[in-house]
Amino acid sequence: MNLWKDLNAGIVKENPVLRLMIGLCPVLAVSNNATNALGMSAAVAFVLICSNWVVAAIRKLTPDEIRIPIFIIVISTFVTISDYIMQAYYPELYVALGVFVPLIVVNCIILGRAEAFAYKNPVLNSVLDGIGMSLGFALALVSIGVVREILGAGSVFGVTFFNPATAATIMILPPGAFITIGFLMAALNKLEKKVL
Amino acid sequence: MELFGIFFAAFLINNILLIRFIALCSFFGVSTKINTSIGMSLAVVFVMTISSAVSWVVYHFVLSPFHLEFLRTAAFILTIAALVQLEELYLKKMVPTLYRAMGIYLPLITTNCAILAVAFLAIDYRYNFLQSMIFSLGVSFGYSLAIMLFAYIRERMALAPIPKWFQGYPIAFITAALMSLAFLGFTGMFGL
Repeated sequence: MNLWKDLNAGIVKENPVLRLMIGLCPVLAVSNNATNALGMSAAVAFVLICSNWVVAAIRKLTPDEIRIPIFIIVISTFVTISDYIMQAYYPELYVALGVFVPLIVVNCIILGRAEAFAYKNPVLNSVLDGIGMSLGFALALVSIGVVREILGAGSVFGVTFFNPATAATIMILPPGAFITIGFLMAALNKLEKKVL
Repeated sequence: MELFGIFFAAFLINNILLIRFIALCSFFGVSTKINTSIGMSLAVVFVMTISSAVSWVVYHFVLSPFHLEFLRTAAFILTIAALVQLEELYLKKMVPTLYRAMGIYLPLITTNCAILAVAFLAIDYRYNFLQSMIFSLGVSFGYSLAIMLFAYIRERMALAPIPKWFQGYPIAFITAALMSLAFLGFTGMFGL
């Protein structure tokens, strides 16, 4: 029951992007198309789950005073791994995501979960928390990506909805990201009263 | 002219907050009052200039000669964290007025992605030392301009009648969208 709660918290109730407002930069920057959004979510999920696992495993050996530098070294190890894997196997995705791959290291979600959760909880709970938070992140990122790509380019995952010439190009340009997330949050505020 | 191009592109055309979407947490977090946004801007200009100089030196004189480029993520973030600590000690002792103006924003900057991003971008663009200094100045001025303008608008907006569901963050995002649209207008200026 407790384990289920740890997994569930990140998806809706404490959704990192839409409720806690952390880790915003990659969400806005790579959501101009749904495929990039999926790739970014996978990279963040890998780093978050692995770093939660390692931080929880070494939590009793970690001296309290230098825990933040230790977290950062653990996180940057996994970021470097995902950076090189992506460069080797998915070069197109790597070029599209650009500087946002190494920047996962300062993504507040990852350091935040290490400090707030993994440092205080056993390994299994921490891994589940990592999975839940990654799902929540992916949910927000991919749903923004889908909306922007449909409105801005007329198609999503290769399925065409309408003629790209009539699409609102503004939605795949930077302002579109701010507009989409603004309306999404307003909609969530309205729904919250009724459903959650 | 080339240096002016780098500065102008970093300052307005590729504005780090509104076009590139880096360091957005601080953009929404500390822009509710004009004074806090000024403190944050000061701290960013100060730290970004010094840290991009140091990380350029670290990359080209320590990591590159020993073929340790794969360590750049870890090396840069540790360099920046150490540097911020040193700067804090120095300012507290030597320039207390500036230290008080920056307040708590100085330590917070360690995890500000803008600082790290500038270090990575200067390497990716293969800038030499002078170019990367001009680039970091342009980026940090762009950051200051965007966050101060945003803080002015948000202070005004606090008094405006806004629909209930849009209060708080949603309307802030829509404001940012309009600002971003305005900055998009700089694209193509001076043939950049």
